[in-house]
Parts: sequence; structure tokens; C-alpha cells
Amino acid sequence: MSSYLIYVALLSPFLGFLIQIFLGGKLSKTISGTISSLAVFVSFLASLFLFFEFHNVSFSHTLFSWFDIGDFKADFSVKIDQLSLLMMLVVTGISTLIHIYSTGYMHEDPLFSRYFGYLNLFVFMMLTLIMADNLLLMFVGWEGVGLCSYLLIGFWFEDDFKAFCGKKAFIVNRIGDAAFILGIFLIFSLFGTLEFESLYTSTLNRSPEMGFGLLSCITLFLFIGATGKSAQIPLYVWLPDAMAGPTPVSALIHAATMVTAGVYMICRLSFFYDLTPIVQNIIIVIGMATAILSGLIALTQKDIKKVLAYSTVSQLGYMFVAAGLAAYGAAMFHLTTHAFFKALLFLCSGSVIHAMNGEQDMFKMGGLKNVMPITYLSFLVGALALSGIPPLAGFFSKDTILAFAFAKSPLLWGLTAFTALLTSFYIFRALSLTFHGKLGNIHAHESPSSMTVPLVLLSCGTLLVGFLGLPPMFSHLFHVENLFEKFLGWESSLHLSGQTEWFLMGACSALVILTAYTATKLFSGDKAKVTALKNKFSKLHTLSENKFYVDEFYDLVFVKTAHKKAQFFWEKIDIFVIDGIVNGVGSLGRNLSILLSLIQTGRVINYAFMMFLGMILILLYLVKL
Amino acid sequence: MDLLLKHFLSITIFLPALFGLFLFFIPQSKTRFLKFVSLNGSILTFLMTLGILCYFTGTAEVQFVEKYSWIPLFGVSYFIGIDGLSLYLFILTSFLTPLVLLYVSPEEKKLKPFLILILFLETAMLGTFAALDLILFYIFWEAMLIPMYFMIGVWGGEERLYATIKFLLYTILGSFLMLVALIALVMIHHSTTGVFTTNLLKLYGTPLGSLEMWLFLGFALAFLIKVPLFPFHTWLPDAHVQAPTEGSVILAGILLKMGMYGLFRFALPLFPQASMAVTPYVVTLALIGIIYGAFLAWAQKDLKKLVAYSSVSHLGYAVLGLFVLNHTGVTGSLVQNISHGLATGALFFIVGMIYKRTHTKKIEELGGLASSCPKLFFFFLIATLASIGLPLTSGFVGEILCLFGAFQEYGVQGFAWGGETLINIRNIIFGTVGILGVLMGAIYMLNMFQKVMFGKPKFEDLKDLEWKEVLVLTPLIIMIFSIGVYPKLLTNKMENSIDHLVKNVYKYSLTTLSFPPEALGTSGNPESEATSKKD
Repeated sequence: MSSYLIYVALLSPFLGFLIQIFLGGKLSKTISGTISSLAVFVSFLASLFLFFEFHNVSFSHTLFSWFDIGDFKADFSVKIDQLSLLMMLVVTGISTLIHIYSTGYMHEDPLFSRYFGYLNLFVFMMLTLIMADNLLLMFVGWEGVGLCSYLLIGFWFEDDFKAFCGKKAFIVNRIGDAAFILGIFLIFSLFGTLEFESLYTSTLNRSPEMGFGLLSCITLFLFIGATGKSAQIPLYVWLPDAMAGPTPVSALIHAATMVTAGVYMICRLSFFYDLTPIVQNIIIVIGMATAILSGLIALTQKDIKKVLAYSTVSQLGYMFVAAGLAAYGAAMFHLTTHAFFKALLFLCSGSVIHAMNGEQDMFKMGGLKNVMPITYLSFLVGALALSGIPPLAGFFSKDTILAFAFAKSPLLWGLTAFTALLTSFYIFRALSLTFHGKLGNIHAHESPSSMTVPLVLLSCGTLLVGFLGLPPMFSHLFHVENLFEKFLGWESSLHLSGQTEWFLMGACSALVILTAYTATKLFSGDKAKVTALKNKFSKLHTLSENKFYVDEFYDLVFVKTAHKKAQFFWEKIDIFVIDGIVNGVGSLGRNLSILLSLIQTGRVINYAFMMFLGMILILLYLVKL
Repeated sequence: MDLLLKHFLSITIFLPALFGLFLFFIPQSKTRFLKFVSLNGSILTFLMTLGILCYFTGTAEVQFVEKYSWIPLFGVSYFIGIDGLSLYLFILTSFLTPLVLLYVSPEEKKLKPFLILILFLETAMLGTFAALDLILFYIFWEAMLIPMYFMIGVWGGEERLYATIKFLLYTILGSFLMLVALIALVMIHHSTTGVFTTNLLKLYGTPLGSLEMWLFLGFALAFLIKVPLFPFHTWLPDAHVQAPTEGSVILAGILLKMGMYGLFRFALPLFPQASMAVTPYVVTLALIGIIYGAFLAWAQKDLKKLVAYSSVSHLGYAVLGLFVLNHTGVTGSLVQNISHGLATGALFFIVGMIYKRTHTKKIEELGGLASSCPKLFFFFLIATLASIGLPLTSGFVGEILCLFGAFQEYGVQGFAWGGETLINIRNIIFGTVGILGVLMGAIYMLNMFQKVMFGKPKFEDLKDLEWKEVLVLTPLIIMIFSIGVYPKLLTNKMENSIDHLVKNVYKYSLTTLSFPPEALGTSGNPESEATSKKD
């Protein structure tokens, strides 16, 4: 029964993909959308059954033997344990809602069934990534979700810029993937296996690496892979551009699921990271820097989706900080809550964009509060959760990370708290600009129920999911366990006194609420104040608005230089040097023969002379002997 | 029936040529009948190779052996057989030829000679993969040149003469060096044993002393030009651009594999010490080729040239995998060969199909094809993905195994663990350079794909693929995925032969040579084995 369920969970989205690709054109949009949503829903149900059956065991199941060459083995096998079950539930659950939402959002699109085909393929690939029992199979999912992301970002491919964004995402991801596969090579060379379980047992009696050794090399390479997929410095540049895709795609792939793959991978390989403290510190630094940088950029963006995109980058930074602090439970918890509220925020923005006929500039919106009440309330819930205002989902997960940061160093706590303030500021800025203020001269309307129902469901999720992982002091207070950490089996190793924790939490929450209030006040009302503020920090504002010119820097330093090299290789080396030599040899032969043919004059006297010359030479040779 | 079974391999090899002869008697004007006959001939050949695949047991021995004395004075014989190294290349040949024939348009100018050439070419190619006698091999090898020469020279593009001559001179230069080395090898063997023989299996392990390096270079150069390895590659882009689509597919799909096959079959096992000695140099050239080919592909403005340069990059992996000389690497090399044949074959077909519709191969002039041609879009996408080695396509299997092989050979085993851990720098460089090629692959392929398929449609009323074109591409795509999802499809039956090759190359290269050594493959009595296999 159980193995049967695994097949259902994994293959049902793939079946949906096949149906869409081969029969999609012949089906009506309603049927096509229903089949696709159903395929993912079935997968969700199967995951749910698996969850109830196996929430306290861990096993792997081989589907078939994949690679078996010499001593190199990797099977197509899946691993069912707490971590993968949790991710399966999150991914299939949120995917189901977003599929339903998409049936409304994409209804006018002529390539409707192709869209759902890609979306189903994505879910299949994501499940492969999550359920993989070895690193190579994980890599299949890892690249597979990248492919779907490429196809969906560039879904409206007639627009050159959108096609470009898709390509950029794929290539930047591939830089990370290259490092990832190097990590896999090193692991195989070192341990002779790629299976998680055997890798775990072979690290059991290792002591942590003091210097930067081979294991650090491995974990660093894998982390570089994660910076690609999960959009961290230096490879985060693709994610904001990925917003060129349809908004439900941004919600599913570029907020809730795919971009968290890096965090998931680190949690999955936590036993490696625990042995390499240097890399853990690198992760903390990178995660923190990404969180702050993208938080700063989000402050000034005009495009509502760009704000959310940079916010995602920033929140992923949080998760990496947690992972670097070895607080894997906290990282996974924030991953889960973030999946809910960020998907919610994106879907709300999609609803707004849908209503505004594709307009994404927040400065052209405003006053939508009364026109779109459901969307507004949902966005509000999402914004409150993202800012970490109690008692919503983001509060619990963020607070846990902050507490861990404080335990490491107060400075780190300060930085994470500062990021929290940035977060609160930019999201309430977005909320105010979009929904508050005066209604412009537009015919906006609330979205159809296929879109609002998922919003309401996700809002409920956002309101409730935080209570799964109550911080320790709440647990003491209310005598409930931290269900989340208990389930994952990662006991919290945090030792802070009750007072310290209460104080930190209170201080942070108060500041966050204050910031949220300020931002709302500032951007809901008079625009003159905003302009004054902008002029006061004009230099900083320009820097932030232009994303600190990172894209331009990359383009100049890497892309243009490399392409010039390519031109140089072709025109100078290949055509001039190599082909020059080849043609030179060829023409040398011809010229030589032309030269020699001069001797063939056809006159007898010349030949006689030649003969005479030859005889003399032979004679000379003989005489010398 | 008995006769058929006894000469199954010979019949398979010469069947296409037989059909080619038959075509001579069909009048030029009956184009459909001409196509029908040639296509059926090649399909029949393919079915026969499938029979060979079914009856091939996965042992290391040469099977389906046929051996007849030919020129007894020099010990030349008609000696053919199939083993795990040649099996899949043999099948790839008979698999691609029907697709090429199906693709040929009945309106093609001078259709009859074109079809005849393709059929004769198929026989020559099949013969090259099956020959186990050096002279026989050389004859088949050279025989391939003639149809190819005419295909580019007669049916080619504007600058076809320059391209043909370049192709011919390059290849012939290599072939002559090989011929000299071949004769020298036979003479040396004669002087040690007093027996004249050109039987490959008997020549394995001949002690050559100081001459070994020279003879190796003679053989290897011929093969490496054909692969083509950097810096012997400049004939390839010219030949590809000028050749008709059918020629390009055969060239990329099969002819380039001849070079790799020659290394597998001749250069390495005949001259193990020399091959071990040159390994660092060849591997370096392969790595340069991977990166260099990728960079050049990026700079191209012509679709066909781009695919041609990408071949230089992809076959760099195959050379890398082979010369690291371990089981994983050599398997990867073979798989990469097959995979390149499928993916690049598909790409050249697609370029041809695009050209047929738009009459241009310039990337800048194309654009927005995805809007009007959804079928073309999907096929092109899959071929592109296979070319950049996405997991679950055959390209991934090939590249990953080659790189894994490189990593194992120069691997980190044996290095101390812990505080004093050493990282093998060479290993890291190999890996990084190899991986860089994979990355570059994504850049130039997707760049091209975006420019050709996406953006505002630049052409009006483009027809999507016809059913015939879908029929040409579908088998390739199916194979690309089948190998990607289940690589054992290939590796199962080549395993033992590869094991044999690797072990023996090591053995001969590490021990001082004694004579007579056990040969690779079958040494003893091929006829009796052949009969026992057929029962």
C-alpha cells in the first residue's frame, strides 16, 4: 500500500504533464485546468496519507536501478522521512491552491494547456528533488525545476525581455549547478556513495574540521549551488528578473517552493554542515548580507512584484542564517511559514495586476481597498505575517531565528532585527501605495472566485501555521510542545533565559509595529512628504532604486568580457592562426608544385642538362665513399 | 536459412549496398519509388541490426564472427565481428540512415545518385565498425570518404569546393599516416614471429619497443583528426556548413564517431604504453577543446556553425572520458558518442527544417519561430536540452560519466583525511574546466534558442512540422530520453568489453611485454565460437 502511495504522489503530476502536452490542445480550458489541478491534488492527498502512515519512521524505496557502472551506483530511489514528508505537504498543498488560482488567472491565455503542463512538470521535478534518496537524483530535480522555471519565466516568449529573463535565470542557476555537481564529484570520490543514509553513517565518527579541509570544500561547493537556486549573493540577480513570468508562477516557483530548495538541501545534509564550522560561518555572513542588501533594494522599488521578489531574497537570507547557525528546525519552520505568506502576497499582487489589466507600477495604483476587499484583507494578513507581527505565522518563525542569532552574538541579532524593520517598512509601503489613498480613474474589480478562494485558504493557513512551532517560552507558558521541532526530530538547542527572550521579542515586535505604522502613515497620505524624504536621501535612494548596479557590474565584468573573448577566439585564433596554418600548408604544397613545374620545360636540352647534373652528383657521392 | 544465419553480419553490412545497386535499375523519374526502395532497404538493415542486438550476449568476446582468408601471402583476411565496443555504434549507424533517407525530399536534384551514395555510405560505415582485420578496416575507412566527398562537393552550398578539399586533405593526411603505421606494425609483427598477419586480434600485444610511440601517433592522428580534437578541428565547421542537411547528420552522427571508435579499437589496445604516456597531453587538448569549442560556438552567427563547434566541445568530453582509462570514463565516452549522435543529429535535422521554411541559417535573421511552429518548438527544445546535458536526457549520462571518470582517475582517494587534508589540484582543475564546458553549453545553446525561437515573429505563414518531419525526429527524441532515464539500455551490453579493454590496457602498459601475450577479445578460434553463438 505504502509504496503504491509513493508512486501516486510522485507520478500523478507527471501524468498530468503528459496529458497536457499530448492532449492539451484538444481539451477545453475547463477540463484541462481541472485535470491539472486534480493531478496535483491527488499528489497532495497521497502525501497526506503517507504523512499519517509514516510520520515517525524513515525508509527508502527503490523505483528502479538508474546508474550502475563500475563502482558508480545511483538508483532512482526515494526517501520518505519527516523532512521530505514536510516538504511534500508544503509543496503539493500550496501547488494545489496555485493551480486552482491559475485556472482563473490564465483563463484568457491561448497557451493555457501548455502553461498547466509546465506547472505540473514543475511539481513532479520538485517532488523528485525533495524525495530523492541520493544526491544525483536530487540533482535531477534540482536542474529539472530550473528548466520549468526557465520555461515559465519566458512563458510569454514573444516579448524579447521576458525570454531574456528566462534565459538569465537558467544560466545563473547553472553556475550554481556546476558548483553543486563538483560537490557531488568530491563526495563520491571521498565516500564512494551518494546515498544520504550511507553518507550519514560515514560521517558519524568524524570530528569537525578545524581548518578549511576537503569536507569544507564539499559543503562550500554545495552551498554555492544553493546560492544559485535560492538566490543568495552573488547569484541572486536572476530572481527579480524572474518576475517576468505569470504571477502564479512567481508565487509557486519563485517564492514558495523552488527557491527554498537550497535551504532544504542544507537541512538534508546537515550532518556535513555540522562538521564544517568555517562554511557555517560563511553561510551566516552570506545569508545576512543578502537579507540586508535585498531589504534595502526593496525599499524603493516601484513594481509591486519586484518588492515581493526582493523580499523573498531577503527572507531566504534569514533561512540561510538559521541554517548556518545549525538551527535547522528554525530554518525549515521559517521555510514553511514563508511558503504560506509569500505565496499569499504574490497571489494578492496577481489579483491586483489582473484587476489593473497588467499594470504593476504601485505608483499608478492606490485606493483599491474598497474595490477589492478580499484581496486587501488577504494582503494585509500576508503583510502582517511577513513583518512578524504577533500572532501571525511569520512572528513565530522569525522570532525563533532571532533568538538563535542572539545566542550566537548580539551583533547578529541586531542585524536580523534591522532586516525585520526593513521588511516591515517596505511591505507596508507596498500595502499603502496599492490599497490606500485615492482610487484612480480605473475600472478595477474583485477577482473571480477561482482566485479569491485560494487567497482565503492561504490566509487561514498563514494565520494558523505559526502555532505549530511555538518558541520555548510559549511552550512553558501554555504547556504545549513545539510540534514542528518534535516532528522533525531536531531538538532545539537554544538556551536563553526566559527574561532575555521575552525582552528581545518584545523589543523587536514593538519596533516592527512602529515601523509598520510609520510606513502606512507615510505612504497612505500626502505624497509630498514622501518626495521630501526621497530628496533628503537622494543618493541612497538612487543606489537602492538601481539595485546597487549589481546587474550592470556583472554584465560589464563577466558577460561582455567573456563574449569578447569568444569573438577573439573565433576571429583571431581559429580563423587566423589555426586555419591560417592549415591553409598555409595547403598553399605551400601548391606553390611548391608550381615552382617545380617550372623545371618541366619540355625542352630536351634542359633535360639533358639535368641528367648531366645528376650524374655528376652521383659520381661525387661514389667517389667520396 | 542456415546460410543467412551463418553470414548474418555480412548480409547486414552489404544489404544497403545491394539496394543501392538495385536503384541503378530504376529510372530517374520514378522519384517516389526510388525513395521507397532505398528507405525500405535501410529499414530492413536496421531490423537486422536489432536482431544482432537481441542475440548479442553481453560477454567481452567478439561475436557474429566471419573469417575468410583473402590475401594469404600477407595474412590478410575478411574478418568481421561485433563486440560491446562496436555494437551500439553499429546500431546507431543503421538507426540514423533510415531517418536521413526519410528526410530526403523527393524533389531533391539528382535524387537517384544521392540515394545511392547514402546507401553505399551506410555499407562502408557498417563495415568500418565491424572489420577486425587492419586492411579490411582501412578499405572501409577510405571507402567512406568517396560518398562523403561527392555529397558535399555536388549537393553542398556555395563554397562547397573549398570545404570538400579541406575535408579530404585533412582526412587523407591522417589516413596515410595510419597506413604507414599499419604496414610498419605488420612488418614488425612479422619480424618477431615470422608470420604475416593483419588480424587485429593477433596483433594486440605485439612488442614494439621504441617505435611504439611513432606508430601510435600515426594511428591516433588519423583518428583524432576525425573526432575532431582541438586543434585539428577546422575542417569540421566548413564541411558542416557546406554539406546538405543529410550529409551533416551523417557526418556528425556517425562519421565523427569513427575517430572515437578507432581510438577504442586500435590506438589504445595496440599501443597501450604509448597511450598511457600521451594521456596527459591528450586530456589537456580535450579540456582545451571543451572550452574552446564552447567559446567558439558562442561567437557564431550561423546556426550550422554553432552546432558544428558545439560538436568540438561535446566530443572533447568523449576524448577526456576515454583517455582517463577507467571503467566509468570509457563507458561515459561511448555513451557520449551515442548521445552526441542522437542530439546533434536531431539538431542538424532541425536546422535543415528551419532552413527549408525561412531560407536562412543566420541566427540574426531568424526569430519568433515558436509562435507559429509549436511542434518545431518542442522538438528543438528537447534537442537543445539534450545538447546541454540536462538530467534525464542522454547528454547528461554521457557528460556526467566522462567527468566522473576523470575525477576517479585523478581522484582524491588515498589522500589523508582531517586537518592535513590535501586537495589534489589537478583533480579540481579537471573538474572545474569540464564543468565550465557544461555551463558554457547552456549559455550558447540557450542564447541561440532564444534568438531563433522567441521574440516577435519575423516570418509570416510559417508551416509547422509535417508528419514526415515529426516521424524523422520522434525516434531520436525517444532514444534521447530512454538513454537518459535508463542508461543501462546501453551500458549493460558494453560493460564486459569495456572492462576487458581497460584491464588489458593497464596490464600491457604496466608489465614488460612478453610474447605471445593473450590477446584482447577472442584470441583462439573465432569460427567455433561464432557457430556456437548462433545455435
